Amino acid sequence: MAFDLFLLEVVISGLMTGVMYALVALGFVLIFKASGVFNFAQGVLALFAALALYDFLAEDGWFFAVFGFTLPVWLAIPATALIMILLAWVIERAVLRFLVKQEEIILFMATIGLAFVLEGLGDLLFGSDVKPLDIGIPQGASDWLLDNFNLYVEKLEIVAAATAAVLVTALAIFFQKTRVGRALRAVADDHQAALSVGISLDKIWVIVWSVSGIVALVAGIMWGSKSGVQFSLSLIALKALPVLILGGFTSVPGAIVGGLIIGVGEKVAEVYVGPLVGGAIENWFAYVLALGFLLFRPQGLFGERIIERV
Amino acid sequence: MTADSRNEILLEVESIFLSFGGVHALSDVSFDIRKGEVRSIIGPNGAGKSSMLNVINGFYHPQEGSITYQGKRRSQMKPHEAALGGIARTFQNIALFRGMSTLDNIMTGRNTKMSKGLFWQALHFGPAKREEIENREFVEHVIDFLEIQTIRKTPVGRLPYGLQKRVELGRALAAEPTLLLLDEPMAGMNLEEKEDMSRFILETNEEFGTTIALIEHDMGVVMDISDRVVVLDYGRKIAEGTPEEVRANQNVIDAYLGVSHD
Repeated sequence: MAFDLFLLEVVISGLMTGVMYALVALGFVLIFKASGVFNFAQGVLALFAALALYDFLAEDGWFFAVFGFTLPVWLAIPATALIMILLAWVIERAVLRFLVKQEEIILFMATIGLAFVLEGLGDLLFGSDVKPLDIGIPQGASDWLLDNFNLYVEKLEIVAAATAAVLVTALAIFFQKTRVGRALRAVADDHQAALSVGISLDKIWVIVWSVSGIVALVAGIMWGSKSGVQFSLSLIALKALPVLILGGFTSVPGAIVGGLIIGVGEKVAEVYVGPLVGGAIENWFAYVLALGFLLFRPQGLFGERIIERV
Repeated sequence: MTADSRNEILLEVESIFLSFGGVHALSDVSFDIRKGEVRSIIGPNGAGKSSMLNVINGFYHPQEGSITYQGKRRSQMKPHEAALGGIARTFQNIALFRGMSTLDNIMTGRNTKMSKGLFWQALHFGPAKREEIENREFVEHVIDFLEIQTIRKTPVGRLPYGLQKRVELGRALAAEPTLLLLDEPMAGMNLEEKEDMSRFILETNEEFGTTIALIEHDMGVVMDISDRVVVLDYGRKIAEGTPEEVRANQNVIDAYLGVSHD
């Protein structure tokens, strides 16, 4: 019995890590859906959001230095969301606006540039030391699960999973059932046709980068609470890549399922296969899995299958 | 439609010059479109017909000339403004949102008719939901009108060519356009599909009083359904008038049969 419980714990811990991956991947999917651009800066957006949030909360930040007080959590989060929307607007004005109708690879390069600019800006403004982010999410293991089922599950991970579930449901409804959601999908499919029905590209891009920035904020909060706000956060973006390959670049549910599979897969592999090959499977398992998918199902689990008629 | 309003001018283009680098796509083209008419633009390949439509709905900005739409004169249109002003269009190479269903594609046509803010939409509640339902109702009418009920939920990427063209027309009609621009709506269709499409175009024109500007290569169709025709060749207007007048025009015959240009 004890063995099974251990497996269960590994799986649950994997699921929770998976939720974190999924949150980052979600931001990618949103922008990819609406503009066909792989936004390399998504991980940095999450980092930037976490840094900004920390700044509002901490006494060694700019906000405190200028105004002499810190914001309570319930105000700091909307304030950071506002910053992310502002950032989206600036990105549209300063970068995207000039690249309409350009090749996707050019937009991709622009986001790489953006990633470095934002990372440098974050370093310049907030410093590169690891910052503890505490927004009052309960820490430690859930006593209730430990007492009743003898299961060790972090409270933070439960909160993260619940938040992700709410976020994804809201996004799914927004995308499927509303005018702006439809407009977002329309822009993703065909810029010219979208223009012809009166959709304004500028607005849509600001909206999608804002939504994506807010998703990044949520991801930043969760990662930040878990392991502190640090610059390696921007590297999580790389883990999101196999997640996207698994789930399909255009699918919101795909990002979630892909994240979960990779989270669970790498934890289980680490625990059960790791000892056989000397460990550290966690670092490369996701990429091998992605490679397998590229060979047999390149569109991912839920991606749109692209059939070219010749 | 009364005789009076038929003669009212809805859109007028004057001395339009459009070039890309050294290529002159349009040179000194002027014509008008009257309210409620079916106005065809014809001409050999490369004559500048599609460019003309793109100028009207703001995709291309001419270097010279003016466009007067609903009494307002300007040197160029913007796509977004054109759509808000009631100009809808279809494309020569179908430009549908391939990943979306027929229904969703046509719903995007309602974009300009829906105004409730992002806030309500994000909540998917209250006024935004009501607005969504009202507009959905109109879209269902369009679907009935075009007889495409059976493919409502099908992703358009999977539909055969003829039906895709019909969905594209549906998306344009959903906007309740004042002026409908059709770029070769019957290209690549078989006879039966062409007859269906002609019928939809005529019914749109007669029942809703929609003004239509049409580019078409099939002369039989053009002569059947147009009120007036304008003929372009090498970016210039070479003739204009009723189908009968145009058919008898020597310039037009030369352009189509090919006479050397000096």
